[in-house]
Amino acid sequence: METTSIPEREEAIINEFMLFDDWMGKYEYLIELGKDLPLIEDAYKTDDFRIRGCQSQVWLRPDRANSHVVYRADSDAMITKGLIALLIRVLSDQPPAAVAEADVQFLEEIGLKEHLSSTRKNGLQSMVQQMKAYARALAQDEQTA
Amino acid sequence: MPTSVDSAAPRTQPFDVAAVRAQFPTLQGTVHGDQPLVYLDNAATSQKPDMVIDRIRAYYAEENSNVHRGVHRLSQVATDAYEGAREKIARFIHAAHTHEVIFTRGTTEGINLVAYSLGASLLSAGDEIIVSEMEHHSNIVPWQMLCERVGATLRVIPVSDAGALDYTAYTDMLGEQTGLVAIGHISNALGTINPVQQMIADAHAVGALALIDGAQSTQHTRVDVQALDCDFFCFSGHKMFGPTGIGVLYGKEALLNAMPPFQGGGDMIDRVSFEGTTYDALPHKFEAGTPHIEGAIGLGAAVDFLEGLDMDAVQAHETDLLTYATEQLQTIDGLRIIGTAQEKASVISFLMGDAHPYDVGTLLDQMGIAVRTGHHCTEPLMDRYGIPGTVRASFALYNTRDDVDRLVQALQRIQPLLS
Repeated sequence: METTSIPEREEAIINEFMLFDDWMGKYEYLIELGKDLPLIEDAYKTDDFRIRGCQSQVWLRPDRANSHVVYRADSDAMITKGLIALLIRVLSDQPPAAVAEADVQFLEEIGLKEHLSSTRKNGLQSMVQQMKAYARALAQDEQTA
Repeated sequence: MPTSVDSAAPRTQPFDVAAVRAQFPTLQGTVHGDQPLVYLDNAATSQKPDMVIDRIRAYYAEENSNVHRGVHRLSQVATDAYEGAREKIARFIHAAHTHEVIFTRGTTEGINLVAYSLGASLLSAGDEIIVSEMEHHSNIVPWQMLCERVGATLRVIPVSDAGALDYTAYTDMLGEQTGLVAIGHISNALGTINPVQQMIADAHAVGALALIDGAQSTQHTRVDVQALDCDFFCFSGHKMFGPTGIGVLYGKEALLNAMPPFQGGGDMIDRVSFEGTTYDALPHKFEAGTPHIEGAIGLGAAVDFLEGLDMDAVQAHETDLLTYATEQLQTIDGLRIIGTAQEKASVISFLMGDAHPYDVGTLLDQMGIAVRTGHHCTEPLMDRYGIPGTVRASFALYNTRDDVDRLVQALQRIQPLLS
């Protein structure tokens, strides 16, 4: 089975979001996407898997499936769930090395870049960093194995 | 009572909100392209009128110089402006002496100054400090730190479901072991106006001192520190239409005189030698280093702005906004107001169904409406209500019923998205 690359997946999301010409439709879609988020099991909703620096609570857990890294997550806020769902769609089920090196740009292009600003303190940036850190650790494991 | 010629005549002039709004440049702006700004985050900070902005510009353009001790002309001008601001503020809060007004960075620094400087001489092991469950973190943490330092205990007045203090619990707590009562005048998260005058009197009756956190009150109501008889009163410039980075600690002269300096440095000394240093008199003893000169002058201009208004009319306008907003918000299905005390300022915290405050705030922002979401630096209070936070709409004198309508319409629009 062939995995679509990170840039290909980003491209697909950008194209989808181009269909909306107003913020309302965009957020409605984002919230819908959040409802399909691969949810983390409740047992893992602990401080160990919590992402710091978010106004809403966010938990994220990596796993390995074959040679790929996969993520599960949850949040108590719907918009945050939607944003993580987008990140997971792009970065989950990818070779760890590809995630570790990814330069995630699509959020800016779909007009959600305010969620990346420092004033937000919502930690989307820390989510991306955490996903990459997990992937980096997995990639290193593979090298040493 | 003054003799009334016509009992039907209004006591105050109608408040011309349009004329007041016109003095605030940010309120003329739009956000997210073409959305006119509805600014309802006033409990966090207020917008600034032209009077304040122009005054700061004039200071830098025409008067900039370091204050005190300068022999040259500009230094005298700057010193007069800086000390003139202190006089205005002393008059504004009705302090008995101008030197009872100490400039600080804000309310937080004022509270820390008292906790640090007065703390150890006032309290020892076994003594108690009383705060309430609705305090802002800045009126909790400095006292916790002091308690740790001296072995004192922090007592907490509980808050009712409606958001009022349990007054009986407070009087039960008071005793000869009470060193200090530190209480917020108006709750930033709930809007509750606390009965501070009575609380201060009751604290004094057991020989305790009383500090009032006035961060949320000077912009809404007249404050008379002598009538309150508080020992300390702290507030911030930026919440009352003045600049950021400047605030005031008012303290009674005798107490301030007895307190050691908070920070050492220039401007706070009488004479320095390696054998020993003597400190300057009030207020300079507590103002080490070059002060926030334009901040103080800008705050003076904010006082001018407020004194140019009829505060009775301002309060009537804000009460109308609070009543109208409370009514209108309650028309929204599933909306729950957190904080329904009898005595309230124009602050409304709420939750809409199960929607997370962050989602509500994010979507309101898209429609140009600025609210605050989260715990509002009152985590113990949020724990008390078992909620992670609220959406808070806080109104200032320049807000209008139209702002309330925009908020309510926006909430109605986003509700289907979030349910």
